[in-house]
Amino acid sequence: MVASVDDPYIGLDEAAAGLRGGTFSSQELTQAAIDRIAATDDSIRAFITVTDEKALADAAEADSRLQSGDAAGSLTGLPVAVKDVLSTAGVRTTCGSRVLENYVPRYDATVVERLREAGAVVVGKTNMDEFAMGSSTEHSAFFATGNPWDPSRVPGGSSGGSAAAVAAGQTIVSLGSDTGGSIRQPGAFCGIVGMKPTYGRVSRYGLVAFASSLDQIGPFARSVADAATLLQVVAGPDPRDSTCSDRDSPDFSADLDKGLDGLTIAAPREFFDPDSGIQPEVLAASEEALGVLAAQGATIDRDTSLPTAEQALPVYYILAPSEASANLARYDGVKYGFSFTEGGSMWDNYEQTRQHGFKRRIMLGAYALSAGYYDAYYLKAQKVRTLISDEFDSIFNKAQLIVTPTTPTVAFEQGAVSDPYEMYLNDVFTIPANIAGLPALSIPAGFGQADMPVGLQFIAKSWDEATLFRGAHAYEQATDWHTRRPAI
Amino acid sequence: MSDSSDLSAADVRHIATLVRIGMTDQDVEKFRIELSSIIGHCNSLAAIDTEDIEPTMNGAFADRIGDDVMADDVAEACFPVEDVLANAPVREDDYLRVRGVLD
Repeated sequence: MVASVDDPYIGLDEAAAGLRGGTFSSQELTQAAIDRIAATDDSIRAFITVTDEKALADAAEADSRLQSGDAAGSLTGLPVAVKDVLSTAGVRTTCGSRVLENYVPRYDATVVERLREAGAVVVGKTNMDEFAMGSSTEHSAFFATGNPWDPSRVPGGSSGGSAAAVAAGQTIVSLGSDTGGSIRQPGAFCGIVGMKPTYGRVSRYGLVAFASSLDQIGPFARSVADAATLLQVVAGPDPRDSTCSDRDSPDFSADLDKGLDGLTIAAPREFFDPDSGIQPEVLAASEEALGVLAAQGATIDRDTSLPTAEQALPVYYILAPSEASANLARYDGVKYGFSFTEGGSMWDNYEQTRQHGFKRRIMLGAYALSAGYYDAYYLKAQKVRTLISDEFDSIFNKAQLIVTPTTPTVAFEQGAVSDPYEMYLNDVFTIPANIAGLPALSIPAGFGQADMPVGLQFIAKSWDEATLFRGAHAYEQATDWHTRRPAI
Repeated sequence: MSDSSDLSAADVRHIATLVRIGMTDQDVEKFRIELSSIIGHCNSLAAIDTEDIEPTMNGAFADRIGDDVMADDVAEACFPVEDVLANAPVREDDYLRVRGVLD
């Protein structure tokens, strides 16, 4: 089939070939994305800001570079969307919050700068739970995003807008951020690939910080290969982020076609426990996936265990709010953002400024860090993190990959989960990789209750994204789940 | 503060003061219940033996031991003043204007 701008589900390689072969222009491709957003976003509501004018101008520039043969960037002329947690020079960056509703950064995040250097056309900023705290994108200060497979259901979160935009064919790829599963869980709920790189692989300069020992930026795509291509563009050393590794990026796509022969894949029993609250259809899809991986030549090791993994959730709910309470101290209404100025005193102004949004996790974090509680909570959680990392290390002594379900359930109805801890349980399978800093991704692996997508999670050892993509690509090529599209 | 995981209204008000977040009485009761529940779940950590276990600050920490992550001490161009103040809620000339700290 000849690639066409009329196909909203075109891949990066097809689109790049179409541009370079002159089948269509970047302006036509970008206009098609903008038209698709206009046609579908009334029900999906993936975007907070659509930057259509700037996108078309950038597309025109890309077209002139393509015509002059000067288009060296791997994403030249290709539309991408960016989670509204990433700073974009001259384009408002709200973080899903009224606090930053009118905040216009003066600089690009490093990842956005790299997208532009690669020639990408940013079509807009996507919706998210406020300050990336949430698992459903219902808790954006502006509006909830719908799941393209059923808009009455959540797309997951916090990067729900970026996931929904890719699943709905509004953009080819997008960027999100993942602190406890905020890329992989919406990837699973929306039936696409969502990938969190190794902690330190991608610069966070210009990312609005949530929990600094956990946050990582990563790609959404409709194929593993496209996710690897996007990661290649944004990853690598950056002197402006001291937590970004100075390791050069390897070729993340180098091992894509190596297959599974010789690989051992661990399936830790805690993640396949029918009594853990996992939906039977999700468990069945995950078990079936293990069979596919074995048939493709992998050795499946079911005799592995991550006994401390069940403590990852409480560890996360100490570490993340504690770090958030420090990071969000900057929203004091002085330098930028919402500011209440009519109070009786400076303190009164602070309290009125900061009473909007983000309260619960800041309160929880301040409690865990407060005098007399630091050792019992924050320090204790950091020590248990060491134990969890050690358990992962021992599995990676005998296996190259770990496979688990991405989430215990499929996407739920909007408004169905109101208890905070119940909401946190969405992330029970994704949080351990954040705690240990490991690269992980979710890939479509079937359908569960209400015909909603099921995600399968792959986890690799630190810095081994190439093997992560290799395993996931082999699974993808052996199945057709990634070719299914929502009826929108 | 109390020793059990059940927070009192006074505990909640104390935390709110620490983080400078305004609270209505309804907020206090809502957060008293929610925070008590979450902290109750997190108390399972106490049962884990972490004797002689070093804390891990982040996943890449081990990768960075011995690395010098400090930048060279070389002056670089700063953001222009107009850029820095572009989002200021209240400015006066080239300064951010704030309320007096002392009344």
